[in-house]
Amino acid sequence: MQQKFDVIVVGGGHAGCEAAASAARFGARTALVTHRADTIGEMSCNPAIGGLGKGHLVREVDALDGLMGRVADRAGIQFRMLNRSKGPAVRGPRAQADRKLYRQAMQEAIAAEPGLTVIEGAAAGLLMGPAGIQGIRCDDGREFTCAAVVLTTGTFLNGLIHIGDRRIPAGRHGEPPSHGFSAQLAAAGLKLGRLKTGTPARLDGRTIDWSRLEEQKGDEVPVAFSFLTQKIDTPQVSCFITHTTADGHRLIAENLHRSPMYSGQIEGVGPRYCPSIEDKINRFRDKETHQVFLEPEGLDDDTVYPNGISTSLPEDVQDAFLRTMPGLERVTVKRWGYAIEYDYVDPRELTSALEVKRMPGLYLAGQINGTTGYEEAAAQGLLAGWNAARRASGQDAVIIDRAQGYMGVMIDDLITRGVAEPYRMFTSRAEYRLSLRADNADLRLTPLGLQGGLVKSERARAFQQRQARILDGLSLARSLSVTSGEAARRGLKVNQDGLRRTALDLLAVPEIGWEKLAVFWPELARLPPDVVEAVEAEALYAGYIDRQETEIAALRREDQLKLPADLDYSAMPSLSAELRQKLQRVRPATLGQASRIDGMTPVALGVILAQVKRAGRQSAA
Amino acid sequence: MTAGDTIYALSSGVGKAAFAVVRLSGPGTGALLRALIGDLPPPRFAAVRTIRDVSGETLDRAIVLWFPGPSSFTGEDCAEFHLHGSPAVIQAVMAACSNWPDVRPAEAGEFTRRAFTNGKMDLVEAEGLADLLEARTAGQRAQAFRQMSGAASSVFDSWREQLLLIRADIEASVDFTDEEGVAEAATPGIDRRIAALLYEMEESLRLSIASEVIRDGVRVVLAGAPNTGKSSLLNALSRREAAIVSAIPGTTRDSIEVTMDIRGVPVFLTDTAGLRSSAADLVEEEGIRRTRQHMAAADVLLWVWSPDVSGSPIIEPGTAPDLVICNKADLEGAGARSQPRDTVLVSTRTGQGLPLLLERLSGLLRDRYGSGDSALLVSARQKTAVQRSIRYLNAAMTIPAACVELKAEDIRRASEEIGRLTGRVDVEEWLGAIFSRFCIGK
Repeated sequence: MQQKFDVIVVGGGHAGCEAAASAARFGARTALVTHRADTIGEMSCNPAIGGLGKGHLVREVDALDGLMGRVADRAGIQFRMLNRSKGPAVRGPRAQADRKLYRQAMQEAIAAEPGLTVIEGAAAGLLMGPAGIQGIRCDDGREFTCAAVVLTTGTFLNGLIHIGDRRIPAGRHGEPPSHGFSAQLAAAGLKLGRLKTGTPARLDGRTIDWSRLEEQKGDEVPVAFSFLTQKIDTPQVSCFITHTTADGHRLIAENLHRSPMYSGQIEGVGPRYCPSIEDKINRFRDKETHQVFLEPEGLDDDTVYPNGISTSLPEDVQDAFLRTMPGLERVTVKRWGYAIEYDYVDPRELTSALEVKRMPGLYLAGQINGTTGYEEAAAQGLLAGWNAARRASGQDAVIIDRAQGYMGVMIDDLITRGVAEPYRMFTSRAEYRLSLRADNADLRLTPLGLQGGLVKSERARAFQQRQARILDGLSLARSLSVTSGEAARRGLKVNQDGLRRTALDLLAVPEIGWEKLAVFWPELARLPPDVVEAVEAEALYAGYIDRQETEIAALRREDQLKLPADLDYSAMPSLSAELRQKLQRVRPATLGQASRIDGMTPVALGVILAQVKRAGRQSAA
Repeated sequence: MTAGDTIYALSSGVGKAAFAVVRLSGPGTGALLRALIGDLPPPRFAAVRTIRDVSGETLDRAIVLWFPGPSSFTGEDCAEFHLHGSPAVIQAVMAACSNWPDVRPAEAGEFTRRAFTNGKMDLVEAEGLADLLEARTAGQRAQAFRQMSGAASSVFDSWREQLLLIRADIEASVDFTDEEGVAEAATPGIDRRIAALLYEMEESLRLSIASEVIRDGVRVVLAGAPNTGKSSLLNALSRREAAIVSAIPGTTRDSIEVTMDIRGVPVFLTDTAGLRSSAADLVEEEGIRRTRQHMAAADVLLWVWSPDVSGSPIIEPGTAPDLVICNKADLEGAGARSQPRDTVLVSTRTGQGLPLLLERLSGLLRDRYGSGDSALLVSARQKTAVQRSIRYLNAAMTIPAACVELKAEDIRRASEEIGRLTGRVDVEEWLGAIFSRFCIGK
């Protein structure tokens, strides 16, 4: 077996798969080390991809020729565009996925990647040399050398499952945890913390009374994630909705003391936006009922994922609680819900290339950085793998900034602010939300991927064609014009100012939609849907995006103002102790990054700037 | 010359006084104190010490205060000498300071700047302090003090809080659209809440214009036909011979301005060249042109006429004086002609009516410019931020509910403008507001 690689990726989850694939696409000799090759691409939690902010991330991964979008398109069994009735910037593609199809498609994609070797084994430690990372060691004694390592260990680092008062060391259900890395990272001086997440019981669909439940269908015409997918061929199914009842709430309230969350057994911090059912009931006592989505796990799988009721209560309470819900009176459980605690590394230890500052050559991606979610993991994995491969070949890091993509927003948030709970993407985290849309992810990022050696020829060709189509569509919409009088005669409401308006101008008026214009100008009706989407968004946001350009220019100016890595924040007594501590930990690379540390004030920035200038003068003198 | 120097300045007023305060700030303060008084007094206690220069000569016996940083006004090591108020003593002590290496006189505002740089006050407070130091009158001082002590900040904070909650609800309806009941609970009433906030901000902006006038001084202009006694009035009101007074019409060729304090309100009282259609020469013509400029720029216009000036119109057409004054009320004919009912009759010669005029004028100033109680936005920076915020909120109001992301964008910008005054509005804050209000999580 080959022993030497450019990049080794540890972990075969969503971060690991993208990291390995992007390193290999870049041309690095890459190994993916995982406990079991048949769990590559496993969806450990809910069987769905995408959503608001998350769907944007999937499109960005796809724009950089990543795997997640294409795999989800093959595995998707119910597609829904969220916020369809709202503007294009806040629409997010989402799909229920067939767990098995997803795994298979991902394993095929990994196998199809030239230069990517899958190694089964339990990675147990990093090999360190005088110049940094040299490779990894497995618990069976095998060693593999490389120039860069990407750790994507998910919930496996000192993973501990809780069900009631039972504690089971595990990385996820039925798989052993990983112990070696935490100690090694802590010994290198990295700050580690503990987070918690949870998952609900899995139900046997054959024991659910579906006739009593409200059905939720997918979109009639599924919208794919990938810019390369022509059509969704997988059969589509429905989800169903049930809800919690007063009986169930009472049951949980009575048994709250048996939840490890409340008994004090769990130390890790869980996400506020994904509370366990015991949390929901305890914190929102006025709410009489909570929706529960019953999501199919696959086309030929009877397993059902009840979304919204993750729990760590003991089995007997879980069982009794489930049966209080309409349709679930006679349900049987295939696997119990649990909470899992795991180690994460304070992401403020990382650069914007996701490289550990104190351990050059080591990259971290996914839950190890304190995030949650498949999409967040995949986006980090792609960027970490790309940068690891670039480092291995002696090239500069690629950085995506907050104005270029949700990826940039996420990474900047992580490395600047750290995390207090598992980090999840929301569209409201992106200040340039109007320009960072799911529909234009390729226009924003594919050129960067092409330039950075990450995009293969198939996508390059498809991208160039799509880009040309959109440019044609835009110039068509700019070339068609009408006077205000003419517009009024045709039933389009505009100010009667005698001015000519182009089709693009008219689209910016909320009441005038594409359909009305297509009646007016039949040539518009012939444009393909993706072009229509792009032209509409362009028209709607043009005024706002112009204004944002100024803000983005200011952002980039501040991000160009580099702060010395050895700036001594402890010598700035006028900063609050809290802020000093944060600055010492983050060591912001630029004034822009410093400005985004939470609690930062204009005054404190002035102090830092004054100190830098003073230091500059002294060193110049 | 660097920010690392130790600086000193005479911090009390110039001129004879019982005491004079010399203030020091900077890293060399402690060493300088030891050199001048032999030791460091206990921090923040008044200590009586003998000040000697390098040759050992006694300069003064004075109260010395030692404020080691960061618990000091500037955040650096600071000290104060409360000297006997003789110019010779002050000179000698300051000379002894400047003989020390890296010690130099402070530049204007440098103590405040250091306090700001060292995080001892926020921008709003620093601006307030600068105004406080420059305050000429009681009204200005009160306003600056309110500003410095954070009253302004607390109003900005309340706006920020309102914007934060509005934003939280808008964002909830975007990001948690698939959560049961969130959008339904979050969106209604948003426009009403924006409107309420807009009203508050616009009201403050309106009051701040009055406040600005107080800060800069109210421009009160005396205007009227030649020889109605405007210059005499100015002299009588300001009690000094600022204007040359003569019986020759058109004596005042150019405008004359005096600064005065009318019951706590700073006033620039301007005497202008008399208005008449037939100017005697080019100089007078130029004077009249300037008079019209002053009248246009006046905050308060006082129109003066007198019964002995034939044809002196009671009120120049096209102007709307705030107060009409009939001067030379001791002459026959005063009050005889038709004139506004509340015309003030005065005689600068006898002094008749002058107290009443002052009373009326100060009443008018008080009514119009108030005590500055609710006036918050005094600096241009603050005003601009609030004006922009208002503009974005108005824009947000016009956006239909269907374009929620555009409404959210305008709210974001409005809150960023206010954030410039109070510290930025952080994503975790509105997420916190969302998660505490709505049960989110599927």
